[in-house]
Amino acid sequence: MTLSATECLLQLAEERHALEEYQSGVPRWCTGCGDHAILAAVQRLCRDEGLRPEKTVFVSGIGCSSRFPHYMRTYGFHGIHGRALPIAEGVRMARPDLTVFVNTGDGDCCSIGAAHWIHAVRYNMDITVFLHDNQIYGLTKMQASPTSPRGLKSNTTPRGAYLEALQPLTVTLGVQNVSFVAQAADWIPESLYEIVKAAYRHRGFSFVRIVQRCPEWLPKQWDPWLHDPKRILLLAHAQGLRPGPELARAYPNQIEHDPSNLDRAREIASDADLIPVGILYCNPDVPCYEDLQLGTRLRTVDYVRAGLEAELDKFTVWPQ
Amino acid sequence: MGNGVWTVEIIPAEIRPPARSVAGASGNRIRIGARRVDNGGDEADLVVGFNEQVLLGRLRSNELKPGCTILLEGLWRRHPDPKIAEAYRETVVRLAAAGYRVIEIPMERECRAVAAEARRGKNMFVLGMLCNLYSLELALARDQIAFIFGKKDAAVVAQNVRLLEAGHAWAEAHLDFKYRIPAVRATAPQVVVNGNTALALGILASGMEICAMYPITPATSASHYLSDVFAKVGGVVHQAEDEIAACAFAIGASYAGKCAVTITSGPGYSLKQEAIGLAVMGEIPLVVVNVQRGGPSTGQPTKVEQGDLLTAVFGSHGDAPKVVMAPCTIEDCFYSVITARKIAETFNMVVVVLSDASLATSQQPFPRPQFSEAWLAPPVDQSAVPEGMKPYDWDLASGLARRFVPGQPRGMHTLTGLAHDREGRVAYDPDLNEEGIHYRSLKLAALQRTLKPPPVFGDPEGDLLVVGWGSTKGAIEEAVGALRAEGHRVSSMHLRFLQPLPGGIKEIMQRFGRVMTVEGNWSDRAEDALVDESNRRYAALALLLRARYLVDVDCWSEVRGQPIKPGAVRRALAARLAGRAGERRK
Repeated sequence: MTLSATECLLQLAEERHALEEYQSGVPRWCTGCGDHAILAAVQRLCRDEGLRPEKTVFVSGIGCSSRFPHYMRTYGFHGIHGRALPIAEGVRMARPDLTVFVNTGDGDCCSIGAAHWIHAVRYNMDITVFLHDNQIYGLTKMQASPTSPRGLKSNTTPRGAYLEALQPLTVTLGVQNVSFVAQAADWIPESLYEIVKAAYRHRGFSFVRIVQRCPEWLPKQWDPWLHDPKRILLLAHAQGLRPGPELARAYPNQIEHDPSNLDRAREIASDADLIPVGILYCNPDVPCYEDLQLGTRLRTVDYVRAGLEAELDKFTVWPQ
Repeated sequence: MGNGVWTVEIIPAEIRPPARSVAGASGNRIRIGARRVDNGGDEADLVVGFNEQVLLGRLRSNELKPGCTILLEGLWRRHPDPKIAEAYRETVVRLAAAGYRVIEIPMERECRAVAAEARRGKNMFVLGMLCNLYSLELALARDQIAFIFGKKDAAVVAQNVRLLEAGHAWAEAHLDFKYRIPAVRATAPQVVVNGNTALALGILASGMEICAMYPITPATSASHYLSDVFAKVGGVVHQAEDEIAACAFAIGASYAGKCAVTITSGPGYSLKQEAIGLAVMGEIPLVVVNVQRGGPSTGQPTKVEQGDLLTAVFGSHGDAPKVVMAPCTIEDCFYSVITARKIAETFNMVVVVLSDASLATSQQPFPRPQFSEAWLAPPVDQSAVPEGMKPYDWDLASGLARRFVPGQPRGMHTLTGLAHDREGRVAYDPDLNEEGIHYRSLKLAALQRTLKPPPVFGDPEGDLLVVGWGSTKGAIEEAVGALRAEGHRVSSMHLRFLQPLPGGIKEIMQRFGRVMTVEGNWSDRAEDALVDESNRRYAALALLLRARYLVDVDCWSEVRGQPIKPGAVRRALAARLAGRAGERRK
């Protein structure tokens, strides 16, 4: 590592930034799009946690949600379709001093980037991932996504989607080394903020699926849940989140769920009728890949020189 | 180590090829000389075979010099399976009738006299025989055995030395010939590695810290070695879940300030194309090593081909200018990575390094590199960006812009694969789109201005100029040298930079009556009935030279999966000099 030593010095002065200092441009998402709520929650998180804008990177792929970095006044990397996770992993491996977020959609993460998603869970690098899941391709104008429910009519499934939807939570919870899985809904901002904050604070691969409305292509998709608050299942626990009284009043269906219980988390995630909101699983003890890979020794010229000379020695034939 | 040496691995494509089969031969070709040796040469003077079937494959591909000596394991003659014994006797008779000098040697029996597991020690016995036949010092071989098996217990070393000595003694007692290849004493330390190890050492020396890869033949051995040693200089090898992820990972690391490398071969290179385009668009430095193999598709994974030049130059959709380099010796494999990293970071460009399966597995001694601090990347810039500076502040003349790296105060912006303006903002405006493409392209011209014209091997003017690139340099120069010795006015020029092409090439070409390339990729045969000037597909470099310089560049190429031999080049050139178009091979 060529950075770490000076980092300690730079950290001495703590800076605080106002909310506006994390904002950039006017988001070009549709009115009523769930992305606005996610952006608001994340900007609030940055302010409250005192994230330094120059030390924070938002990486995204392609899709409506992946425009997210453009609206943050931090460093951003708006990449290519499906590859946000490996890009973010590279950033994290090269620069463990940076805070890395990923914004990805249901097409980006669960379809074209699905291989990376599975392996990113297993690498468990310290990255916070927001899956903006609106169950439809928005930017390309209404094609079925892997998370679209069976029967959904779209431009590519005019007679209804053929297959059962892929469930991002159960998939993530099924992968070795899973360390943090949570779910939020864009229309419950208070819990969205708390969940985003818990995800950020977890050291490891924090995966947050955010159930998100798309007013343009699927305006009625979440109506059954919006109109019946009992179909939202609040997850509460001393080791997880404890919903405040107002939230509990609005969403009376609440259960105690210990986030260290992986089997129970999978059961809860499998229920198609309810939207569980809260932390499904958290295990702070899973090692992070970058910690396993990166040495702690400062990478000086002499260090590199010594290593190279030692290797050349192995292959050198000296004059007799 | 004053002898010139070049080794070529014979690698079967399968992990467990059937024993005693023509295709299953594995081994090593060693060319040794009193002077420097730059390629694997044409035909063998001496060959050692553990069975007669593997010889058939060598024979079929014209690897054996007519009348050469064959040292053959003789146990098959009395094999209990009559079919095997018969096949053996038949082959020996055939070889003898063809004029080869076949010497049957009871290798296994002799080995059994000194070792319990005779079959595993035969190679040491043969090494002993060869030391005797080539009048090499046995003491050096003993030292080498101690070095290689040093980590195992002393009994292993002792047994191998016994086998070595047994082979030496057997040859002394039974063989009536010797070779003597006088060596000039080396005055400077030499490094002996293959091209893939040289690439990996180059990565160590370049100051890069991260290599992201996915296993693929023939590139992987570079990553094997790197995985073993990279941590010793604080580096990381990331084995990604696929080729695309490996490229994206490297791009992420480069974006964050540490120029990274991804190593692959043909199919993997195809998979990385979209990500390479992203690095071009975002102006993220990146080194991509492609150890070429036979293609298309899975092609010939362990075999030699120079088939990826046009993909490297034109690959990725849209206008995606990138730098393409090709090392042409083992030593070059080492230095080209250092140069590639430097260019990548100076110009914020993708630099593709095209090696191939021949360089990857061949060994040739080269002077031990003298480490220079200047090889290493500077520390990541974390200073505040000057007020008012934009993330893509393209210089009007060169297209260069200072890159903003995460961590730099005032540098916050979003890098995007979308067309963007100087601020890095998404650009839908036609002028802004063209502006970005303009400056990204201009960087190649800026780099080209810094390159020297390639040197000419031979006289600066003549009847025929041969142009090559990559691993064929040694074979081409040997062929040209031989023809020049016969009085032909032929010279050659070898290109290390394929994009941009350095200046001065046209002027060099114009001093020759004719110009042709020699390459290891496909070109249509002019003699085919349907092929004429209107549809002939030229070899890759010939196509590039024709397009750029409007010079009538001809080509000769072969795609036989083997390193191109100097004899084949010589025959092709002689035919052109005599005014014949054909003469593809003998």
